[in-house]
Amino acid sequence: MRFLTDTWLVFSRAMRLSLRNPVWVILGLMQPILYLILFGPLLEPVASAPGFPPGSAWQVFVPGLLVQLGIFGAAFAGFGLIAEWRAGVVERMRVTPASRGSLLLGRVLRDVVVILVQGALLSVVAVAFFGLEAPPEGLVIGVAIVGLLGGAFSALSYGAALKLKSEDSFAPVVNGLILPILLLSGILLPMTLAPGWLQTLADVNPLTHIVDGVRAMYRGELGSTDAWLGAVLTIGLLVVGVLYGGRVFRKESA
Amino acid sequence: MPENMIESRGLRRVYKNKKEKVEAVRGVDFTVDAGEIVGFLGPNGAGKTTTLRMLTTLLEPTGGEATVAGCDLRTDPVGVRRRIGYVAQGGSTDPEARAGEEIVDHARMYGIDTRVAQTNGQRLFDQLDLEGLWARQCKTLSGGQRRRLDIAMGLVHQPGLVFLDEPSTGLDPQSRANLWEHVGRLRSDMDTTVFITTHYMDEADVLCDRILVIDDGSIVAQGTPDELKRRVAGDSVILSFEQQRSTVFVAELASRLDGATDPSIEGNEVRFQVPDGASALPLLLRAMVEHDLDATGVEVRRPTLDDVFLTMTGRSLRDEATADQAAA
Repeated sequence: MRFLTDTWLVFSRAMRLSLRNPVWVILGLMQPILYLILFGPLLEPVASAPGFPPGSAWQVFVPGLLVQLGIFGAAFAGFGLIAEWRAGVVERMRVTPASRGSLLLGRVLRDVVVILVQGALLSVVAVAFFGLEAPPEGLVIGVAIVGLLGGAFSALSYGAALKLKSEDSFAPVVNGLILPILLLSGILLPMTLAPGWLQTLADVNPLTHIVDGVRAMYRGELGSTDAWLGAVLTIGLLVVGVLYGGRVFRKESA
Repeated sequence: MPENMIESRGLRRVYKNKKEKVEAVRGVDFTVDAGEIVGFLGPNGAGKTTTLRMLTTLLEPTGGEATVAGCDLRTDPVGVRRRIGYVAQGGSTDPEARAGEEIVDHARMYGIDTRVAQTNGQRLFDQLDLEGLWARQCKTLSGGQRRRLDIAMGLVHQPGLVFLDEPSTGLDPQSRANLWEHVGRLRSDMDTTVFITTHYMDEADVLCDRILVIDDGSIVAQGTPDELKRRVAGDSVILSFEQQRSTVFVAELASRLDGATDPSIEGNEVRFQVPDGASALPLLLRAMVEHDLDATGVEVRRPTLDDVFLTMTGRSLRDEATADQAAA
């Protein structure tokens, strides 16, 4: 009970501070829409190429965008935590009886909610204006999976940020990890178009299967192996992320 | 309320570097009684902050044990956290957040109901001269205001024991004096025990009932400011005369005083040191009257805690403080 109250408290404080910055809110909402308008049209002709996965161009593209949105937004969350740490906020909270886990989870929850809102908006706009055809339950579950994925990356990001405590060492770590992971996941262009060696690399990347999973959901194949594998891997990543982040929050002399 | 607010028994902390182990705190023993204001004094790197972070549960001790506010540091850290307030050196508020929100949220982390948190917070704002700043963003507050907000945050759950880490660093003289007044009132109005680390001798002298001096990871001296000063240097006595020939005779009289150092004569002045100037001086003056000698000026200078620190550690604290400010 106490844990939930503390988590809610940390969440609502973080959310309040995020919403206070209107520029941030507007940018956050504009980003997915910009992708749809400025990148989406490039994909339509590619969809007829041999080797393109099943489904329409938008059914392939929108899930990829969603995953990218979730990962990018969350992976950089650690920067905010470093600023908080520098201001003494993290330490101040760590001397209270509040559970250390809730200090992490409250913040992760804020990021998840932000991603869910952005993801929902992206999907709705894609359906309404760009001709994305997908069953509603597929959309809902797909966006939810992306929210959980964002949670995993935000927990990892907070853990690494609190460990490194400096933007200068945190930025290269995040960029160095996220870019190859994204490129190897077939987010923007499907990996089925890739040569053999690249496909092999992509196959060991869990994100590849998560993207494929969300694509399956957007095609309405909720019970398919792809969909299940994506969901299970996402939850696995979330567990790993929260365990790692939680450990740093508990142990680190912040 | 426990009788001993802090009882540290052999608290130790070793940092592991890549190559070597650094013993930051080498086993410190001390107690702080309920209702005391105790100063923790030492240069940077002496182990002050490490000790403080162990006592506030932020850092796990490598060895030793401690009871803080009645709870065992190792087995019941959450109990300790519930009962102490901690005002860190580097601030505690988000620049974007509003002052009132920060203090209410902070209170709620102690399980305090929102309305009670608001009442407590408002009262502390009044007491700490923060009236009218409730809705202001923290980044718009002055240095002194932000410092007092930090202190208000540390007190909002009405802890019996509060740790203040270098509370007046970076404040102008007026804000410092103002802060001292507030710290003094913590005890008189709220019965709070205060453990305060500081670089400033005058601060420790004005505020503290008792002082612990730490150097190189060990406590090298403890006692009331007066005890420490007495133990170290003694008081300087300076007598001045109209005619130089009186000085030789007075110097002879002074050297007979208990524990006095060899008097030195400079021009028309006699200088010497004696453990307790206030009680030695009347004796000397009476002897002078018997010999019909009249001083034109008498001065007793008490040693400063700076003198104490210099004697104890071979370094001056003031240099450290200045070097710090230069670095910052």
